[in-house]
Amino acid sequence: MITVLSFYLFAVLTILSGAMVIMARNPVHSVLWLIMSFFNAAGLMVLLGAEFIAMLLVIVYVGAVAVLFLFVVMMLNIDFSELRAGFIKNFPLGLLLAAVLLAEVLIGLGAVGQGGIALGTPDGSAAVPADMSNIKAIGHLLYGKYLFLFEAAGILLLVAMVGAIVLTHRKRGGVRGQIVSRQNARRPDEATVNMKPEVGKGVQL
Amino acid sequence: MDWAQSLRIAAPEELLSVAGIILLVASAWGQTRRDARAVTWLSVLTLAVAAIMTAPALWSGVSGADALAFSGLFSGDAFAAFAKLLIYAAAGASLLVAPAFFEKQNAYRPEYPVLVLFAVLGMSMMVSATNLLTLYVGLELNSLAAYVLAAFHKPDQRSAEAGLKYFVLGALASGILLFGMSLTYGFTGTINFAGIATALAGGAISKGALFGLTFVLAGLAFKISAVPFHMWTPDVYEGAPTPVTTLFASAPKVAALALTMRVTLEAFGPQAAAWQQIVVFAALASIVIGALGAIGQGNIKRLLAYSSINNVGFVLIGLAAGTPQGASAMLFYLTVYVAMTIGGFVAVLMLKDAEGNQIESIADMAGLSRTRPLLAAGLAVIMFSLAGIPPMLGFWGKFMVFQAAVQAGMITLAALGIAASVIGAFYYLKVVKVMYFDEPAGKATGRSDMLHEWLLATCTLFISPLGYLITKCLTALTVVAAGVLFPGA
Repeated sequence: MITVLSFYLFAVLTILSGAMVIMARNPVHSVLWLIMSFFNAAGLMVLLGAEFIAMLLVIVYVGAVAVLFLFVVMMLNIDFSELRAGFIKNFPLGLLLAAVLLAEVLIGLGAVGQGGIALGTPDGSAAVPADMSNIKAIGHLLYGKYLFLFEAAGILLLVAMVGAIVLTHRKRGGVRGQIVSRQNARRPDEATVNMKPEVGKGVQL
Repeated sequence: MDWAQSLRIAAPEELLSVAGIILLVASAWGQTRRDARAVTWLSVLTLAVAAIMTAPALWSGVSGADALAFSGLFSGDAFAAFAKLLIYAAAGASLLVAPAFFEKQNAYRPEYPVLVLFAVLGMSMMVSATNLLTLYVGLELNSLAAYVLAAFHKPDQRSAEAGLKYFVLGALASGILLFGMSLTYGFTGTINFAGIATALAGGAISKGALFGLTFVLAGLAFKISAVPFHMWTPDVYEGAPTPVTTLFASAPKVAALALTMRVTLEAFGPQAAAWQQIVVFAALASIVIGALGAIGQGNIKRLLAYSSINNVGFVLIGLAAGTPQGASAMLFYLTVYVAMTIGGFVAVLMLKDAEGNQIESIADMAGLSRTRPLLAAGLAVIMFSLAGIPPMLGFWGKFMVFQAAVQAGMITLAALGIAASVIGAFYYLKVVKVMYFDEPAGKATGRSDMLHEWLLATCTLFISPLGYLITKCLTALTVVAAGVLFPGA
């Protein structure tokens, strides 16, 4: 009972906040509604028993992607009223796209009704063990059977990072870097000079 | 899974990654010209040690379950060992010629050899892959490093263009490959090559698996630059700095072709009829378009790029045969191809004007036989060998590939291939004619350093008739290596 109730709660809130993303006038509000819908989708994943994906949604989508969106929205100063100006003009095109999507869904459903596709039989390496949570099961695969590929993927990311730095790093001339040791070694008597200029004449430094 | 044994089988890869990381840290502190040279030498040394660690697997001809590591993700069998030795040799040679080229433009940095090491690690994983995931991670590791290497020479706009083009098209090809892999997984239920072969054995191939196979082959055809996925090759080869082109044309080609052999013969082996027609088309189209495209080229690097497309076509004829003879002929051809390619590009690197600037135009090579007779002779031997003219080793490679096709009953394919190779001979001989019979342009007069001369001499001697002295030993090794892919035979 409680599962059904929470499913409807999360599902309705996901759809509502999804609708609010495109309805909100203020783009910052849109992003906040997007975060709301991510949280509710995470709730749905927990109901499915996929805690790992729920956490990924919160950490990756809310923590990284949505915050990135916020930064971009706030920094780029996009004029959204201008973007919305073509709404009526492009409405038929949007309607057409929606109709195509709907037709695809209907055709797909019809195809499933005809018996579906004969997929291969899984070899069992992805089966969920009964005695552990799926986070633990994923961990076992990732750090056990697939450790070699996990490490290789780490090197892959390292190469991507090195590549980005190699291609964009350049030495700039005329930059005054901070030399901490020189700053610390400096004494007041080196830094200040006492002078007695004559009246009407400037100081030579 | 026995960790100790797994770690022992993958020892060359572990050496490469550890050495790459250590040299990367070292290069963060040492940015001078002397440090960059030192890192280059250490990288070449690492490759040599990795080659020594790989060799026993080829000598003992290890195969099957004895060679599997990390619960079937990785195989250190004799086939992988053969391809790895070729890759390490080619990458080492292209590293040796890099410092002199970049230092002239004051653009050499120690990150270059480090990136090459990581690219080699990726290729090493590719040829050892017995699993779609290992295949993909290895391929991406190699490709990512390659994109950066293509754009490495920042002051040169052509280099940046080559890098960007390679990146965009390479990412597209990776997407196609991944799509094919996901379809294959969906319709066979496994990502293991042996498992895929079992799932596909017996009966006709399902529509979904056929789509998967086609997309996987399309993605791989991009990586080996087989027609119709070859368009990036001339632009990238021309734009990338010449030492990088030397690498691109040799080591990744070997890796991707070895990978294609493994995927088709091992994973999709039971459904040979399904992929043979694709491979036959790619082979013939590559030979013809590679030959026709090269005719109008005025830039020697573009010409060699079309020549590499052409050569990939000949290698694919061996694959189309789908027999152990075909596979061993492919490995033999690849060995000869690596020597010809390295030699060809080293010769291009040696073409310099009086101020030491690189010369890439074929017109500027006119009368090279009078200004630099030895260089012209070396280049002529390489061109004759690429054209497949008998005393050179290139002829023997082509002969073995065609013989395998005829033995497999593909006489039409062999006849068309031989006819098309005559078109190819035209532009190779044109280069020889420009060097020997045209009035000297007096451009290519600059000296080159000893290392280049030694490399060119080694490659030239290998493909000259002297190479026939080792063909017996080399053929024996290719037969052992190719036998791994045909456990029943």
